[in-house]
Amino acid sequence: MIDVRNVSKSYGGQAVLDDVSCVIPRGGITSIIGPNGAGKSTLLSLISRLQPLESGAVTVAGLDIAATPSRDLARTMAILRQENHLTMRLTVRDLVAFGRFPHSGGRPTVEDLAVVEEAIRQLDLTAMADKFVDELSGGQRQRAYIAMVLAQDTEYLLLDEPLNNLDMKHSVEMMRLLRRLADELGKTIVLVVHDINFASCYSDTILAMKNGRLIHQGSPAQIMQAAMLHDVYDIDIRIEEIDGNRIGVYFA
Amino acid sequence: MTATAVRTAAPVSRSRSRDYVGLVAAAAVVLGLAIASMFVGVSDVSLPALLGGDPAAVEIFWVSRVPRTLAVVLAGMAVAVAGLIMQLMARNRFVEPSTVGTVESATLGILVVTVAVPTAPILLRMGVASVFAVLGTALFLAVLRRLPTRNTLLIPLVGIMLGGVIGAITTFFAYRYDLLQTLSNWMIGDFSGVLRGRYELLWIVAALMLVGLLAADRFTVAGMGEDFTTNLGLNYNATMRLGLIIVSLISAVVVTTVGAVPFLGLVVPNIVSLLFGDNLRRAVPWTALFGTGFVLVCDIIGRTIRYPYEVPVGMVMAVVGAILFLILILRKRNA
Repeated sequence: MIDVRNVSKSYGGQAVLDDVSCVIPRGGITSIIGPNGAGKSTLLSLISRLQPLESGAVTVAGLDIAATPSRDLARTMAILRQENHLTMRLTVRDLVAFGRFPHSGGRPTVEDLAVVEEAIRQLDLTAMADKFVDELSGGQRQRAYIAMVLAQDTEYLLLDEPLNNLDMKHSVEMMRLLRRLADELGKTIVLVVHDINFASCYSDTILAMKNGRLIHQGSPAQIMQAAMLHDVYDIDIRIEEIDGNRIGVYFA
Repeated sequence: MTATAVRTAAPVSRSRSRDYVGLVAAAAVVLGLAIASMFVGVSDVSLPALLGGDPAAVEIFWVSRVPRTLAVVLAGMAVAVAGLIMQLMARNRFVEPSTVGTVESATLGILVVTVAVPTAPILLRMGVASVFAVLGTALFLAVLRRLPTRNTLLIPLVGIMLGGVIGAITTFFAYRYDLLQTLSNWMIGDFSGVLRGRYELLWIVAALMLVGLLAADRFTVAGMGEDFTTNLGLNYNATMRLGLIIVSLISAVVVTTVGAVPFLGLVVPNIVSLLFGDNLRRAVPWTALFGTGFVLVCDIIGRTIRYPYEVPVGMVMAVVGAILFLILILRKRNA
């Protein structure tokens, strides 16, 4: 369980997060949706201690993130941000292997290497494992980063727009993989997604944010309502039910 | 699962052992160069004379040739490795200690101590130079953190400007105190004055490099950026401080003992990066070997090209380094 209590954050006097409180249940997939500038990424980076808390408190699996040693947190929760700019030349395998750093401290065991190979395989990177990350396409690079946080093998996985740069095939594969990780390994996955339909089809819980506030929280069936989404995005979105999934139509 | 594990484990170990074979071969070449370097010079020091116990030859060998070669080896390794760590810390390939103000600050430190305590022992000079180098580098890194953009060209430009300002202050005071001549001795690295008793402090850099190698994984992680570092549970600021101290001390020790060795910290890490990537665990040994080999070759060329006169090693390094670098970039583009 992730417990967020009265968290606020401002940049230069401008409030980006305004007294947000929520409980993200243990297990399953929680998607955070909302328009640009709603504070989704800020919330994720505060939960994952990438940015210091200004006010309020966050606990992840009972660990107070402000008081727990960073390395212990790194074995409980992994975070991948939206913008990842690697200026150094690392091979895919080396990059993914660094996901084991919190566990092995740079001395990978045979088990660590097996976890690394498994993460590489799951993200369909085996053929390019020895290539340098800077020689890959945007989508391949995104998958390499995800493989790295996957190799970190944490109970909690926080992903800021993991579908960034991915084509349709790899987007669907990514969401299926996350679903499998949640269902089979009991991981708790929190992601920021822009495509409400991916959120609808693959999440257990949806958090809707707007102007630095959490305005709705519920199951996809509860959130995927025309009135709710109008509230969040200020546009009319028609909801169709296709094969038991609620799909928002907003292209025309 | 077992099948895939076995299949994928094989390439890892193969590439590891290939790595070691390559490193051992490169180390053998560098050792050969070091031995050759001991037998180059104006005085006649040959192997038969040494073995025959010719006292003049033995004397020159131990007083001049061995110290000079050791100084080249140590300084070459250390300056190249310091450049590599600096590049990871700044997350930019176009910086090195002599282009971000580290070397200039160390020089200013030596100047200050020379003016204040003219009879200062070398250890005191080195200490003051180290403190100045740490402060100058910290200033550069602090400016870097406040830059609004991470523009690839802006970072080296900021470093060059900062180094220019510190260098100008140094030159001004050297001029006022009539120390310009001495200043140029520190600014231009030169191994011709290395004798027994004047280089031994360079062994400090060997210890610093060992620390760098032990912390290689940390520096690689820090090179991925602050968010990656925090996610992996490592203290970013502590890692940066460790790097800052290693780079600054290496620069200060080298400047006080043999003078500034420019260009090396820029060229060698870039060549190694193109060939082997930036995982420091692999890159540090290669950078050390390349750095040593490179300075050894340039020093031998400098001593033989206008025999019996010497061309400063820095000049040879600039020419050879530029050619090497061009070849690599052009070959990479064709490949």
